[in-house]
Amino acid sequence: MATFKVNGVEHTLDIEPEMPLLWAIRDELGMTGTKFGCGIASCGACTVHVDGRAVRSCVTPVSAIEGANITTIEGLAVAAAGTNPAPPNLSAVQQAWIDHQVPQCGYCQSGMIMAASALLATNPNPSDAEIDAGITNVCRCGSYPRVRKAIRSLATA
Amino acid sequence: MKINRRRFILTGAVVGGGVLIGYSATRPSRHRRANSDLVQGQERYITSFIKIEPNNAITIYVPHSEMGQGIHTALSMMAADELDANWEEVNIEQAPAIDLFANGDLVKGFAGEFGVPNFLMGLVGASAFAVAEIGNLQITGGSSSVRYTGEYGMRTAGAAARELLMETAAVRWGVPVSELTTELSHVHHNASGRSYSYGQLAAQAAVMEPPENPTLKDRSEFKIMGKAISRNDIPPKVDGSAFYGLDAHSDDMLYAAIQMAPVFGTKLVSVDAREARAQRGVKKIVQLEDSVAVVADSYWRAKEALKLVKAEFSSSEYDSVSSADIAARFDRELAASNGSKDKEVGDAEAAMESAADIIEGNYRVPYLAHAPMEPMNCTVHIQGDKADLWTSTQDALGIKGRVAKIAGLGEDDVTFHQTYCGGGFGRRLPFNWNMIDHATLIAKQFDVPVKTIFSREDDMQQDYYRPAVSSNFKAAFDANNNVLAWHNRFTGPIQVPGASHIPYAIENQSIRVVDGDTHVPIAAWRSVDHSQQTFFTESFMDEIAHRAGRNPYQFRMDMLQEHPRHRKVLEVAAEAAGYGRNLPEGHALGIAVQESFGSIVAEVAEVSMDANNKPVVHKVTCAIDCGWAVNPDTVEQQVESGIIFGLTAAMYGEIKIENGRVANGNFPDYEMVRLATTPDIDVHIVESGHELGGLGEPATPPIAAAVTNAIYILTGQRVRELPLSKHDFSRSTPVAQV
Repeated sequence: MATFKVNGVEHTLDIEPEMPLLWAIRDELGMTGTKFGCGIASCGACTVHVDGRAVRSCVTPVSAIEGANITTIEGLAVAAAGTNPAPPNLSAVQQAWIDHQVPQCGYCQSGMIMAASALLATNPNPSDAEIDAGITNVCRCGSYPRVRKAIRSLATA
Repeated sequence: MKINRRRFILTGAVVGGGVLIGYSATRPSRHRRANSDLVQGQERYITSFIKIEPNNAITIYVPHSEMGQGIHTALSMMAADELDANWEEVNIEQAPAIDLFANGDLVKGFAGEFGVPNFLMGLVGASAFAVAEIGNLQITGGSSSVRYTGEYGMRTAGAAARELLMETAAVRWGVPVSELTTELSHVHHNASGRSYSYGQLAAQAAVMEPPENPTLKDRSEFKIMGKAISRNDIPPKVDGSAFYGLDAHSDDMLYAAIQMAPVFGTKLVSVDAREARAQRGVKKIVQLEDSVAVVADSYWRAKEALKLVKAEFSSSEYDSVSSADIAARFDRELAASNGSKDKEVGDAEAAMESAADIIEGNYRVPYLAHAPMEPMNCTVHIQGDKADLWTSTQDALGIKGRVAKIAGLGEDDVTFHQTYCGGGFGRRLPFNWNMIDHATLIAKQFDVPVKTIFSREDDMQQDYYRPAVSSNFKAAFDANNNVLAWHNRFTGPIQVPGASHIPYAIENQSIRVVDGDTHVPIAAWRSVDHSQQTFFTESFMDEIAHRAGRNPYQFRMDMLQEHPRHRKVLEVAAEAAGYGRNLPEGHALGIAVQESFGSIVAEVAEVSMDANNKPVVHKVTCAIDCGWAVNPDTVEQQVESGIIFGLTAAMYGEIKIENGRVANGNFPDYEMVRLATTPDIDVHIVESGHELGGLGEPATPPIAAAVTNAIYILTGQRVRELPLSKHDFSRSTPVAQV
């Protein structure tokens, strides 16, 4: 049995303790916004927040997050607002992604947005070097220049 | 290219109370079917592509896959602008994967002599079967969507619909059409102050005689085209709701993990799956001709159980082949054969004999994987003689036909469910069908949906690769350092004719291709042959410039007197990059230019070497002449994307063949440019007003040579083999920039 909260809802699943959180979220809970890219924590497409920290869910066994609060892309806006946000139900990071027309194929962008949100939550005004160090996700379409622009637009200073 | 528009504008045929009139990329008979199959209630299909409802809602159906290139938005802009539609009220939908929305015949508009589009030639050969299939595809590739479907289909459809609506209003009001204007989905008669919404006219317009040759707008009349309009696919891509093939889900779904024969072409011999079968959630072990799959109630369980399967595959004559063997074979082929003609001008051999000096340069590039972010996957649900299909594809209609064929069903019995495509780059084009076939065969053994997923490692090792190519050059000079001859022999196959041809004024040219077939399967990879050939030709051109003691930019400009569009993009890129001005200490600029898919692109790379003698690309300045820009923001986005894709290949890209199979596993073995290694990218759109050029691919080809040409100035080392990660630049001798 594994028990954890996803986007505020508690789930108890009869699954193996070593099942990665990614597959628990996708196949057991049927929530598909979190993506499978590599399975070895290299690309970051599967990034979710565990108690606010960015974590690559494809290598995180559910045994390691027992009782934790998980936020996925579907719950990001609510988590960022602390309540139900006004339409269109987007966090500031998500809105910046639209304003800067960041995604292309979009497949990596859930993970990219989760990584950027966690970075900005701990470091509201990251330098370029800190952005480079904090965002190591792979985007095969090459949305990086716009990822950087969008993050810079959100920096507070 | 000439397309007779009249042939494609359809006159209406009344079936079931509705009439279709408009522009078609396919046979008119199919539109009569569209009418009976799709028209409901008060809706009217004015064309295949446009639907106008009584409440004035306009829906534009786009017969192409959205994989991030913004095609749904760009094509809809083209139709909506000609229609004078209110963009705020336009809905965009991907056209269903049914044959009346086939775009294959339109794709044939730029087909080669065998009736097969050039970018597919390498895949299909020219078999009659394949040629016949092309018309029934729904292809997204060859940087063709805006150029062909958009320019010929969408704009004509919009213009024809607008003229019909005006004609209808003129009849109702009893006034000449010339007194009418259109704006924001309304027809106005300004003299009397009367107006109709398009929705009020649509039903009657549908039974009017359509225009034979509707007038398209002049660029000065555009209201939507030419504007940086936000893409409609972006909002669902920021909140996790965008639906990709991998996201197909149902509570009763089963999942398959598959082990493929590691050496291409070998077969499954024996399987010991006793241990795997006993694992939790495992439903079945499925043996196929060249693979074994574990089907379980979760992908993770299937994948874990697969690790316990002991499978043996047949041996083959390729079992010991390595990348080095293939390169050596290419060298032998190039030494032994004069190959077949690609291009011959003048007499290069004679010029070589009379030359005062000759330089040589032998180049090679490795196989590359497509590695789209969404691993290959396919979900099939077969119930009796019907099937449902979910997969991310660059050809919805073709893949539906393929699944039907493998499942032994009729094409109309398979329902394809639309999905976004998590990257394609050629991997998801027709004929690259390996895992689609497997998924279908596995699903045939169940009556619930089965999702087959390639792991990242499977995807890396079971791709259809960008071909490895070796290319040998010689150039002849006279005593005054003028270039007399260009001599090039390279390994094939040629997938896109002309990629090896140079625009430079060299009187004698001999370009020939020798056999480069191996057991490694190949396919189109973003920009196809241009990705290899531009690295070769633009590097060797740089060698020639340096040998002649000339500035590489000025040398190119001088040799391009007959190509003003090339000169213009070079000039714009060089000026914007600060070419010839002072650079930061230790930085150098490299330049390259290439025409591909109808667009001409010049790129200037600003590069330095870091403390470990590794190249750092600081900035890429790009000028692109794509005729004109339908959506300037997506043009810039595609250029950024193409450059980074090409830079990844130049820096790191290498699929290694060992023991007949691909040795690379996951991303650490196939590294990518990431945020930290992404240069600043400065894009300049040069609007020449020429015919529209492609955008998905043309920015990829020049980047490798632009970077290595800069590295030559920094180090004195000419990079003749990619990727850069293989090279040791520690013993460098900078070259004085001339």
